[in-house]
Amino acid sequence: MSRIVVAWSPDDYGRAALVHAVAEARLRGLGLLVVNASRGDALVDDRFATDDDLAGVRAELDEAGLAYDVRQSVGADVGDQVLEAAAEVDAALIVLGLRRRTPVGKLIMGSVAQRILLGAHCPVLAVKSA
Amino acid sequence: MGDLDLLLGGLQSAATPENLLYAAIGVLLGTFVGVLPGIGPAMAVALLLPVTYSLEPTSAFIMFAGIYYGGMYGGSTTSILLNTPGESASVMTALEGNKMAKAGRAAQALATAAIGSFIAGTIGTLLVAFFAPMLAEFAVTIGAPSYFAILLFALVMTTTMLGSSKVRGFLSLFLGLTIGLVGLDLNTGQARLDLGVAQLRDPLEIVAVAVGIFALGEAFWVAAHLRRKPLQVIPVGRPWMGREDWSRSWRPWLRGTAYGFPFGAIPAGGAEIPTFLSYVTERRLSRHRDEFGKGAIEGVAGPEAANNASAAGMFVPLLAMGIPVTATASVMLAALTSYGIQPGPQLMTEQSDLVWTLLASLLIGNTLLLVLNLPLAPLWAKLLRIPRPQLYAGILFFACLGAFAANQDAFDVFLLLAFGLLGLAMRRFGLPVLPLILGVILGPIMELKLREALTISDGDLSGLWSEPLAVAVYVLTALVVVVPIVVKRVRPDLDTPAAEVARAAQDDERVGR
Repeated sequence: MSRIVVAWSPDDYGRAALVHAVAEARLRGLGLLVVNASRGDALVDDRFATDDDLAGVRAELDEAGLAYDVRQSVGADVGDQVLEAAAEVDAALIVLGLRRRTPVGKLIMGSVAQRILLGAHCPVLAVKSA
Repeated sequence: MGDLDLLLGGLQSAATPENLLYAAIGVLLGTFVGVLPGIGPAMAVALLLPVTYSLEPTSAFIMFAGIYYGGMYGGSTTSILLNTPGESASVMTALEGNKMAKAGRAAQALATAAIGSFIAGTIGTLLVAFFAPMLAEFAVTIGAPSYFAILLFALVMTTTMLGSSKVRGFLSLFLGLTIGLVGLDLNTGQARLDLGVAQLRDPLEIVAVAVGIFALGEAFWVAAHLRRKPLQVIPVGRPWMGREDWSRSWRPWLRGTAYGFPFGAIPAGGAEIPTFLSYVTERRLSRHRDEFGKGAIEGVAGPEAANNASAAGMFVPLLAMGIPVTATASVMLAALTSYGIQPGPQLMTEQSDLVWTLLASLLIGNTLLLVLNLPLAPLWAKLLRIPRPQLYAGILFFACLGAFAANQDAFDVFLLLAFGLLGLAMRRFGLPVLPLILGVILGPIMELKLREALTISDGDLSGLWSEPLAVAVYVLTALVVVVPIVVKRVRPDLDTPAAEVARAAQDDERVGR
């Protein structure tokens, strides 16, 4: 069965994406795949969830009563990792949080969201944090 | 107290705005490289060597000294917050420090490490100012045979005391000694190991060797293991200590200093043993013995003080005899030579301005570090978020620029690459880097002394043990090699640093982390 993939990180953007993903999943009656990815090229990455963060997400999704999986991965590009997960589970929808980024910041750091938007084979729901 | 006057004079010349600026740059840069595992003060000094050719030697050395002490501070921050000791000297700090941090006492662990390092560094530097002139005065009088014996002792000690495998240590040492042979023979003008290449007739550019092994080797190694699961850094506020922390810390600080300084001052190399001794002592003496293994502040305060006291003690053999025992010290020695200053016993008298300003700037740098490090600790922890590709790209750029700039010859860049590959191979096969660098730098000096001794005795080998001091040092060297083997046979259950770390790891598993 097809699922909803949510690109999640333990911060406000991930939070917003997760809230909307849960709402969509309820509406469509689908399961969730939570993807938390890192490039793994720095010693410390705040967007790579700790065990406590993961336990928090699990508790939340248990409470929501949804079928879900949580996946952590390390690879060259965060966007590609989300797209791979989406292709694997034949995603019905990808949900991701958008961060504010200046043009220069985008030039230097690239944009995970842009990569997912351009590369996805299914609808993408991009949400902003409150 | 003539030495005290000289030290005060040194303080005066070190306290010019320009020199203070270099000291500040040095300690900031040192902490930067110390915080990042894999990049140490030795690499930083080697990378900066070409940049500092245009500076006054004094300014350059003030900066190097700042980098050296700063690296120690930075290393303790990483081992406490991340449990990734950058060097063997911080292993014991990480043991208790990381447990403290996990228990929410990171601020206290960082504070006791920083203040302990400051106290040990200050006492250590004052002791250097006291002992180095005495040793230098004595060292001027000893002859070539004894000097050769002492150099041999230093090499054997640093090689055998380091790490777990003596075979690997000696392998690395002989590699270094071989590299040190390259170039024209000073007496006969014969070309040695030049492989028919004209550029290899000159002695090797030490920058190319050191930067190749430290910077390129590490960059290749990181490139081969680029993506790893990110580690968890423990968040920390501004370091501080309560009354109880102070009362539990000050005795370990002083005891650690007492362990560390002698180990640094005799050319024995490495802070591994004094930090271990300090840790074991604190555990035995502590009134809170049950806290050890769960984050006892004494277990951070003692080893960290021992670590820094031995770092200071290392300046005694370096300044008084021209014998380096750490990687950073050997690169500093190479820097001295590149300024045309002859290292050795005469350094204290011929370049007394430089020496006393350097010692004074160590005191200043130490104070700067305390002032900077306590409030800036959270900022330093942020450095760990730098992506490695960007970081190492910068290092590689400076490495190649420096190698090329020295002679403006592309050959040096290829030489750099060759040593980089050697550095990668050494990391891959677990060879320690320090013996190699010591071999490259001390090898030619040893050869010089050996030649001198043999000339005096007219080529008779017995001339090497013609002096009582030389005989005593040879006996000591033999004891250093034999005694640990015998002790291991007789008492196999005796504690070693490796066993201690293994036990701590087992404890972790049992708790089910």
